[in-house]
Amino acid sequence: MTGVLPVTLLEATKVVQALLYGGKEYVCVMKLHGDAQEAQVRKTLEEFEDLIYQRPPLRASVKRQLRTRRIYYSDFLEMNGRNVLFSVGCEGGTYIRKLCFDVGEVLGCGAHMQELRRTRAGPFVEKDSVTLQEVAYSFTEYQETQDLKILKRFVQPMERALMLVPKIYVRDSAIAAVCHGASLTAPGVLSLEGGIKEGSLIAVFSLKFEAVALARAVASSEQIVDMTHGVVAKVERVLMPRGTYPKCWKSGEKPDEQES
Amino acid sequence: MPRSVAPWETPRELLVRAEDRTDPNFGHRPEERPAEEYLRFGLINLDKPAGPTSHEVAAWVKRILKVEQVGHGGTLEA
Repeated sequence: MTGVLPVTLLEATKVVQALLYGGKEYVCVMKLHGDAQEAQVRKTLEEFEDLIYQRPPLRASVKRQLRTRRIYYSDFLEMNGRNVLFSVGCEGGTYIRKLCFDVGEVLGCGAHMQELRRTRAGPFVEKDSVTLQEVAYSFTEYQETQDLKILKRFVQPMERALMLVPKIYVRDSAIAAVCHGASLTAPGVLSLEGGIKEGSLIAVFSLKFEAVALARAVASSEQIVDMTHGVVAKVERVLMPRGTYPKCWKSGEKPDEQES
Repeated sequence: MPRSVAPWETPRELLVRAEDRTDPNFGHRPEERPAEEYLRFGLINLDKPAGPTSHEVAAWVKRILKVEQVGHGGTLEA
């Protein structure tokens, strides 16, 4: 299996949980065990769009219970003999191998997954990916020149992993408390994306677009916008180091200017 | 079955509750982080080759960049 694999460095590893969220896209070669008409194959692939049932395979590290997974789309690309090329956009945790097996069952002839390439993992797409060779080469060049532009060619800020996670933007004065794990309260909220529901995973962001923490919303976007006080979200993972922003200074004042 | 909207296709709107400014003396816009910090809070969109496991590939990145820790988002195994 090849394709998009986001590799997090050092502190950025804390965002990995958000990458399991946000969906994936694959290009797959499915090998049929018998002959089938293209029209039949196209129609069957379409039947597997929207919600499907899957039980994780024996090798999986998750509980082997029957669960639903959403296939956003499954697009027939081409067929050559018994080889079927198709692209599929799906929820994280969808087993494409099982999907191919089940498509084969419905077709009647049976099928298996011959080859798989991931073309998208959340916000990360194939066309922006770099190979190990490029990483090695560019890193050597960066070490020699110390030119940050070269580093930026293959390293992204961890915030990119949170592109699909709904965001809540907060005041500077609310950041320190959140970095200490305190729940985010309404007065600290400046703006937020729509579509947040109670229990949604959200990302707390500063006005400089820095990731502060991953949290769970306790209310919806519409409710939060009108709240004057109370908890808005409970912190699950702090991403910003403590001390990046000071505790509750009045805006404009520096620590040594504050009145005693 | 109908094609659904994928998470990367959903439109996003911003609801504004209040406005404020941010102090330029604290923090950095991610793109403006100084070198060492940029790397510490960075990630790589890697095109994984066939053969090694996702874990092995992440370990190679760790060695190439000489960092103490790496993680990866979503195993890509056979």
